[in-house]
Amino acid sequence: MDPRHLQSARALRAAYAAREVGPSDVVDALLTRIARLDADLHAFLHVDADRARAEAATWDERYAGRTSPAGLPPLAGVPVAVKDNMCTRGSPTTCASRILEGWRPPYDATVVARLRDAGAIIVGKTNLDEFAMGSSTEHSAFGPTRNPWDRTRVPGGSSGGSAAAVAAGMVPLALGSDTGGSVRLPAGFCGVVGMKPTYGRVSRYGLVAFASSLDQIGPFALDVADCALLLRSIAGWDPQDSTSAQVPVPDYVAALEQGAAGIRLGVPEEAFGPGVDSAVAAALHQALEVFAAQGLPVARISLPTIEAALPAYYLLAPAEASTNLARYDGVRYGLRAAPDDLYEMTAETRRGFGAEVKRRIMLGTYALSAGYYEAYYLKAQRVRTLVARDFERVFQQVDVVVMPVAPTPPFVLGERAQDPLQMYLSDVFTIPVNLAGLPGLALPCGFHAGLPIGLQLVGRAFDEATVLRAAYAYERATPWHRERPPMAAAA
Amino acid sequence: MAKQTLVHDETVIGLEIHVQLLTASKIFCGCATTFGAPPNTLTCPVCLGLPGALPVLNRRAVELGLRTALALNCRVAPRSQFHRKNYFYPDLPKNYQISQYQYADHSPLATDGRLEIVVEDRRLEVGIRRVHLEEDTGRLVHDAGLSSGGSLIDFNRSGVALMEIVTEPDLRSPLQAREFLTALRRLLQFAEVSTGRMEEGTLRCDANVSLQRRGGPPGTRTEVKNMNSIRSVERALAFEIERQRTLAARGEAVVQETRHWEEHREVTFASRAKEEAQDYRYFPEPDLVPLVVDAAWIEQVRGLVPELPAARRDRFIAVFGLSPYDAELLTATPTTAAFYERAVALFPHPKTIANWLIGDVTAHLNETGRDLDQVALTPHRLSALLRLIDDGTISGRIAKDVLVEMIREDRDPAAIIETRGLRQISDQDALAQVVDAVIAEHPGPVAEVRAGKARAIGFLVGQVMKATGGRANPEAVNRLLRSRLVS
Amino acid sequence: MTIDPETVERVARLARLALTAEDHERFAGQLDHILEYCAQLNALPLADVPPTSHVIPIINVLRDDAVTPSLDRDEVLAQAPAHAGGFFRVPKVLEGG
Repeated sequence: MDPRHLQSARALRAAYAAREVGPSDVVDALLTRIARLDADLHAFLHVDADRARAEAATWDERYAGRTSPAGLPPLAGVPVAVKDNMCTRGSPTTCASRILEGWRPPYDATVVARLRDAGAIIVGKTNLDEFAMGSSTEHSAFGPTRNPWDRTRVPGGSSGGSAAAVAAGMVPLALGSDTGGSVRLPAGFCGVVGMKPTYGRVSRYGLVAFASSLDQIGPFALDVADCALLLRSIAGWDPQDSTSAQVPVPDYVAALEQGAAGIRLGVPEEAFGPGVDSAVAAALHQALEVFAAQGLPVARISLPTIEAALPAYYLLAPAEASTNLARYDGVRYGLRAAPDDLYEMTAETRRGFGAEVKRRIMLGTYALSAGYYEAYYLKAQRVRTLVARDFERVFQQVDVVVMPVAPTPPFVLGERAQDPLQMYLSDVFTIPVNLAGLPGLALPCGFHAGLPIGLQLVGRAFDEATVLRAAYAYERATPWHRERPPMAAAA
Repeated sequence: MAKQTLVHDETVIGLEIHVQLLTASKIFCGCATTFGAPPNTLTCPVCLGLPGALPVLNRRAVELGLRTALALNCRVAPRSQFHRKNYFYPDLPKNYQISQYQYADHSPLATDGRLEIVVEDRRLEVGIRRVHLEEDTGRLVHDAGLSSGGSLIDFNRSGVALMEIVTEPDLRSPLQAREFLTALRRLLQFAEVSTGRMEEGTLRCDANVSLQRRGGPPGTRTEVKNMNSIRSVERALAFEIERQRTLAARGEAVVQETRHWEEHREVTFASRAKEEAQDYRYFPEPDLVPLVVDAAWIEQVRGLVPELPAARRDRFIAVFGLSPYDAELLTATPTTAAFYERAVALFPHPKTIANWLIGDVTAHLNETGRDLDQVALTPHRLSALLRLIDDGTISGRIAKDVLVEMIREDRDPAAIIETRGLRQISDQDALAQVVDAVIAEHPGPVAEVRAGKARAIGFLVGQVMKATGGRANPEAVNRLLRSRLVS
Repeated sequence: MTIDPETVERVARLARLALTAEDHERFAGQLDHILEYCAQLNALPLADVPPTSHVIPIINVLRDDAVTPSLDRDEVLAQAPAHAGGFFRVPKVLEGG
């Protein structure tokens, strides 16, 4: 494949302006690539080829007669993919569930509207664990996505489709959503950059809700600068989302040029605990040395509540999810079954949920039910306070916390799908960040037996800029971001 | 003035009232709240509960809620939140309702208020337990047209701003319940918070009722629903109390249940649907942030509260010299009060206008079953009519007929008087002719008058009035007769 | 701690989930397992810790009482499983639900 079609978003914009290649060339090439690779990877649930080509043609014209991308919106003519739990008007939005199979929303999510305003070409919708519940994309009703680095393994979840699409060079940018790690984990497993912004940084309007107090939409990209570009394009206050923050959006891309000098880093001792695979621990140690060599020594800190965060999350998130998913009853949209009796209609319709979703609805309903609210839900909310306080304490001493993304490298398909608790343990390092509402970024920090290992950087609320700067410094000093999965490099 | 204490075998009634607030848009989205629009034309992702939709709170709904809280002398919570009330029902798009729950240290918008009412000349204080905001549901319509049955749903109403007012169980009779609802409705109308019409569903009432012996434990409560007028509430409560009394007399227990009022059969019946203990699984709504109401905001709201009924009434007594009874009648609704004030501004004779409004106008309205704002009578026209009496153009007697014509034909009084030739006859010569003719025709009564029976003059006056089609100036007729017959 | 079948049934009803006998057993076991795992939270010093229901300190997000355009009914009903005369249609609902 022509490498000019496989560039970062920033490089593409410059290339378009320099007339080295046009948006139509790139979109055509990527659509062909998707058609060739996706039968195997299954990153996409829906590809909007006609619309993408039509939009690309428009951008061809807009770039003609220009020598620089200045004056054009920041993502003009850049192909992107969107996780299939964000509403795209008139286009299927299934959340990888039979319940919403064929549903076409009558409205765009705010982030989708912002992508369009930024000039991005939405190529298609990517696969996920059903309703974003999962850590491997194996719980999709339409089949799993495979890890481009090793197709017998999972790409991580729940935004596995978006991560795989970027890793395999199908699109330079993609959006995912992260409730307990669903952007960071697949980014780590697929060797790409992925970020969960501060809660409230990016609008949730049009994101099909999983756990309302934890969900955030975040960018996937091949490098930190592209990630910064995409984040800037979607971040910012939305009057249609009461939980979105009225905090100005800095120029994250420009911030990278500031460098990372003076940023204080810390690594919690819990990152080296017994549950962490030796390969991951080794990669982490190596990363700490890279930082130190950059003049950024990493202090030893402690986050003792990390362990408690996971069980608290598995009470809070399912509880909120159980009510968020109550609307799927066959009345107004989506699947409807057994139409004769109302109660039966609802219950039979909801058979359309997969096992993991049903399990979480059961768990969540139980945690909220009379007699158990104090013991479970309320208790979990108190633990949440402890986790937030823990990070607050740590951020008095450091500016960025360094941790693994996951305790293990990507596991084999089917290995954990039958044991929910085992699956949940993948999120041990990502969940605390959602509970505290803080920004977290994942980027590649090494390989083990050809499988990517991800590094996670966590910052203060609304301080994405510092996290990005630290990540950028690490990236510039390492070769990982230049690696491509063999199957994709050969294509 | 104390609250009522329980006496031997008293009824204990508490009311739960839902009020549709006068906002242009819904509580969590910008869809219009227009009544009577074609089904499902006022919906959006938020009020349809589409995947991905999020609520944003309407400021005016909060202000109207605060206004009501102040009018009911409530304690406004400095901080309150919304909660999800979870249950499945097809008219509830998300299968949870965003409402406000009261528990532990979580307070809804306002609590601990009171409304004073007057029942049979006694003043009673009814406690208000809480006032909170929530969203309305859609409307379920049973589809009679389909042979297979089926229900139809219109979500235009889904998301309309509702305010729930819950009273303490301080009411002791159906009459008290009726008076409370009447007073509450009036307050809500004057405060411009709601139109408060039960028939239109902008005011809805459920009642809880039990019997209790003095000093005894609380009786078993039943909840009564589906009453669609204030009279209905009174009748339903009367029926339910009688039903419970009958059970008690037979030694049978009252079952704690929800009962529906059947208007036509005038009975309450237990709901046919299987009664499942409802577990609403309340928890704080994560999609809405807490509401913090500070003293400054409360004062701002207080400054914008329209004049409430009691204050209006007192002002009418003080400024217009009306009796408390008349002032009460003239402030029964905001429309009447506004009408009265405007009319007095145009024709500054407050007592005259009061008499006409309370007397002839009300009589006509009652007869035709209409309200003041439904008829073609304006303060301008009423004051014009009264001015025509005042300057002698027509008699008071004729004016009563003209009033009815004005309303029926939607015309100005002057036009009616001209068309029907109703001008009062005051011309001395014209009247003298008629008077002389009547004297000549009725020698008997004339003789009685001359004999000193002054009352017989009335008969003669009546005859003159009859002969002139009622248009003779009665004072002038009287003077003429006296001058002729009484020396 | 074991979650008894009645509880599983009650929770399933609350959530309107139709479970097979197999589902019942599987869920009971899995939920048990998960809740046991969550029991470790009981060891934490939570007595004076206030619960967090909102992780960001935003308050009073209000919108003006302005009417904005509603959705086109045809576009909405086009996605409805059943509709008639502008209404959504469902099987008959028993009174007093």
